[in-house]
Amino acid sequence: MAWESVIGLEVHVQLQTRSKIFSSAATAYGAQPNTQACAVDIALPGVLPVMNHQVALMAVKFGLATGATVNCRSIFARKNYFYPDLPKGYQISQYELPIVSGGQLAIDSGNGEKIIRITRAHLEEDAGKSLHDEFDGLSGIDLNRAGTPLLEVVSEPDLRSPLEAVTYLRKLHSLVRYLEICDGNMQEGSFRCDANVSIRPYGADTLGTRTELKNINSFRFVEKAIQQEIQRQIELIEDGGQVVQETRLYDPLADETRPMRGKEEAHDYRYFPDPDLPPLIIEQAELEKVRDTLPELPDARRERFVHQYQLTPADADQLTSDREIADFFETTADAAGGDSRSAANWINGELMARLNRDNRPIGENRITPKALGALICRINDQTISGKIAKDIFSALWEGEHDVDGIIDARGLRQISDSDALEQVIEEVLGRCVEQATQFRDGQEKVLGYLVGQVMKATKGKANPQAVNAILRQKLSP
Amino acid sequence: MAISKSDVERLARLAHISIDPEEVDSYSSGLSRILDLIDEMNQTNTDGVPPMAHPQDIRLRLREDQATEPDLRELFQSSAPSSDRGLYLVPKVLE
Amino acid sequence: MLQTKKISSVELTSHFLQRIDQNRELNAFITVDAETALANARQADISLNDKSGDLLTGLPLALKDIFCTRGMLTSCGSRMLANFTSPYDATVTERLNAAGSVLLGKTNMDEFAMGSSNESSYFGPVLNPWNVDCVPGGSSGGSAAAVSARLCPATVGTDTGGSIRQPAAFCGLTGLKPSYGRISRYGMVAFASSLDQAGPITQSAEDAALLLQAMAGFDPRDSTSLDIEVPDFLPALKTSLDGVTVGVAASFLDSTLDPDVLAGIEEALRTFENLGARLVDIELPNSSAGIPCYYVIALAEASSNLSRFDGVRYGHRAEQYDDLMDMYEQSRAEGFGDEVKRRILIGTYALSAGYYDAYYLKAQKIRRIIADDFRNAFQRCDLIAAPTTPTTAFRLSEKVDDPVAMYLNDIFTVPVNLAGLPAVSIPVGLDQAAMPIGMQLIGPYLEESRILAAAHSYQQVTPWHQRIPEAFT
Repeated sequence: MAWESVIGLEVHVQLQTRSKIFSSAATAYGAQPNTQACAVDIALPGVLPVMNHQVALMAVKFGLATGATVNCRSIFARKNYFYPDLPKGYQISQYELPIVSGGQLAIDSGNGEKIIRITRAHLEEDAGKSLHDEFDGLSGIDLNRAGTPLLEVVSEPDLRSPLEAVTYLRKLHSLVRYLEICDGNMQEGSFRCDANVSIRPYGADTLGTRTELKNINSFRFVEKAIQQEIQRQIELIEDGGQVVQETRLYDPLADETRPMRGKEEAHDYRYFPDPDLPPLIIEQAELEKVRDTLPELPDARRERFVHQYQLTPADADQLTSDREIADFFETTADAAGGDSRSAANWINGELMARLNRDNRPIGENRITPKALGALICRINDQTISGKIAKDIFSALWEGEHDVDGIIDARGLRQISDSDALEQVIEEVLGRCVEQATQFRDGQEKVLGYLVGQVMKATKGKANPQAVNAILRQKLSP
Repeated sequence: MAISKSDVERLARLAHISIDPEEVDSYSSGLSRILDLIDEMNQTNTDGVPPMAHPQDIRLRLREDQATEPDLRELFQSSAPSSDRGLYLVPKVLE
Repeated sequence: MLQTKKISSVELTSHFLQRIDQNRELNAFITVDAETALANARQADISLNDKSGDLLTGLPLALKDIFCTRGMLTSCGSRMLANFTSPYDATVTERLNAAGSVLLGKTNMDEFAMGSSNESSYFGPVLNPWNVDCVPGGSSGGSAAAVSARLCPATVGTDTGGSIRQPAAFCGLTGLKPSYGRISRYGMVAFASSLDQAGPITQSAEDAALLLQAMAGFDPRDSTSLDIEVPDFLPALKTSLDGVTVGVAASFLDSTLDPDVLAGIEEALRTFENLGARLVDIELPNSSAGIPCYYVIALAEASSNLSRFDGVRYGHRAEQYDDLMDMYEQSRAEGFGDEVKRRILIGTYALSAGYYDAYYLKAQKIRRIIADDFRNAFQRCDLIAAPTTPTTAFRLSEKVDDPVAMYLNDIFTVPVNLAGLPAVSIPVGLDQAAMPIGMQLIGPYLEESRILAAAHSYQQVTPWHQRIPEAFT
């Protein structure tokens, strides 16, 4: 039987604030355990939550960017369950009335654009962390993360393949970084994904029983985890079994999913409106103020890049997936005297290759758009050859920044002066009599060899076009 | 309505309170009597009445996003039942 | 007296510390910190001498053991917190300290403020100074007993469904529950967050106004604290009762009320009339639904509020357990007393899947109906007079095995909390057994001044608030 997979994602977007959602403790990553857990975070008796304004504004920003309804009145509710990393014995979340409902995100499904509906995005607090390895038979509880603001973005089950799921996830990742509401760091858990996965026979319109895959912390694992879970469900059903609704964890080492232990007692979260927090009201005026701060979003920017800079859609797509890269490109293109295509080629080619090789974000690279632009200018005005340009690029990558300075200091200026070139060419033709004869006999290809010899003799500094012209002239019958 | 013995056991599990098997009966009858009192609510017609979650008609006040809390870990952990190297210790958490 | 230097704070503090020591059998206090109190009294005397004193400088006070006090045991009357030294001060604690008062100690209370007799305290029951075979009321029973026996001039309690007014009534005192949001809840261990409110238990309306003044006002740490200007409560006391309309609901004064209490209330109402007030009939037709509605909301909120007591970060942890789950279950089973456990289970039930609409949501709707009843009543009157309790103080152990009977004792007090209104209970006489009778004056939202002024006018012409139980004169 042919099976169709049905996938919905719940993404926890950690909002990039200075302080927590309901306390004034810092949110910085990597602090010593429990040093950023204040009285509210460790839930001392008598403490009360006070909401962070910035958190509300970030959620509004997200709502506006996904064409969603920003609810002018939303309610915080308590989700009651016991867990050592949940100090109050309940999590403050939003249940019946979330701040954002009904948005969407368009993804490239491989055969055209596909709309993925966003059911809702609600605010909640993160829990702490349990550390299992350091103590024999015990777990250590670190509550630094407790109370960190999260926006949980819940999609409709509109995704039909692991690839679509990861495409959607990347798109969402790009968006929250554009909006500057999340640093997107998946290793540090700033962007976490749970996936609801079920299968059904092709053409069926009812949903199969779903399982929930928890906390998948990289794009690659999202795709693999969902793939494995679909495979597991298919095999299970085809062997006459049934899918059980449960929470599962993906084990990347074994490349398989397994049921989660511990949390599996009956889920009865007993949600009710948190009496410590009156309704969150967003005024229309505030909404408009946030709207004015919205940056150009990835889709719009891609369109603009195609038209304004005459880029291919693929190049534009690559450049706009990350706001910082897109900014880098625009500044580079400007510094390159408007040669946007060269700017795109250098960034998507050489720069990306090196960033990927070193696994570095663009923000941590030492090449400035100004220097890269200058480099492109020097190629275009024929001061340097393309080959020399790559060497200079390497120097920039290592931290140098003055393109003209490098050219002068190392004498990399291209030799276009015909007197100087003729002298070298005479010398090369003197050595390569055989090849010269072959060319005159009509073997065009030999010219390349001769040009190469000239380049070698000039350590790459000769202007290849000039060399070409002079050679042809000298070898013409 | 009555709260059965299995209700008591379910509630005790949800509330993470251990109840001796021999106490379940008395909880069942005690809670049932309270529930009888509570069920008197049904004598009031509430059709069309919007729920009131809070005595005040106020909106959530929002604070500025400033991290101002000092590190008081030592003080806080001085009353912890078990802690080591800055962590609160509990029996192994299963995942 | 302090301001005029007739007596020093140290003298006053020593006097009360001595009385506390002499009357330990009342069990009114959980913690007494004589050393710190005297040190603070000495500081207060310096301020009084150089006239840099504040509103309460040098005045000895005690707090219900539900308010966090830095460096001092904050037990909430529970084994769960019997080892908990608070690392911080509640806003109430902070403000009373800032106003110069001298904290004598922490008073006994029903465990987590759950009770109407102070018999659910882990630290044992409190005795009523008017008759030590009777309860002082609850949950602020220790606070009321302490003032009644003159172990301290005033105390601060909390009122979720009557926990200030009912013990004040049982002990012949003035007890004020302010409007919800008037006094910060920060640092007050939560019972039912949408109902809890701190307030003074004092000998007179004037003292209550003084303490309210010191405690009231906006607190950025409490999202339900009102960001509005605090009126001057003391000058407002002088407002006369002339022309004030006092609403009386006939349904509150029916045959189910104890006859002595009824007589006391009727007598007090006549005094109000003599002072120029006009009595008008009002209706509070749904107040009988108040008890079930209150218990659903209060216990639902409590079941969640008490989840933080898990033995992980502070509080009681069982010694014997098999694993994590067992640690939770044993710690909570040992740390909480029977009444608290009962209430957590009922609250859990009311919120659990399949029951939410029938219980919690239904209760929230009734809550609105009750609040609307009050709003309608206040169209016809300036304030409402009602009994505080159906009877005077009952005997120790009388209702301890019958939670429902205990709950019904709150019938006149809980509707006020549901609506978030201010109310003050004042003593208006003694029954045939010489036990105090309390009457409450309920005001519209934020009208503490109005009810305190009425109480003050009454106290200018009646002796009841000055009566001290004989054994403690």
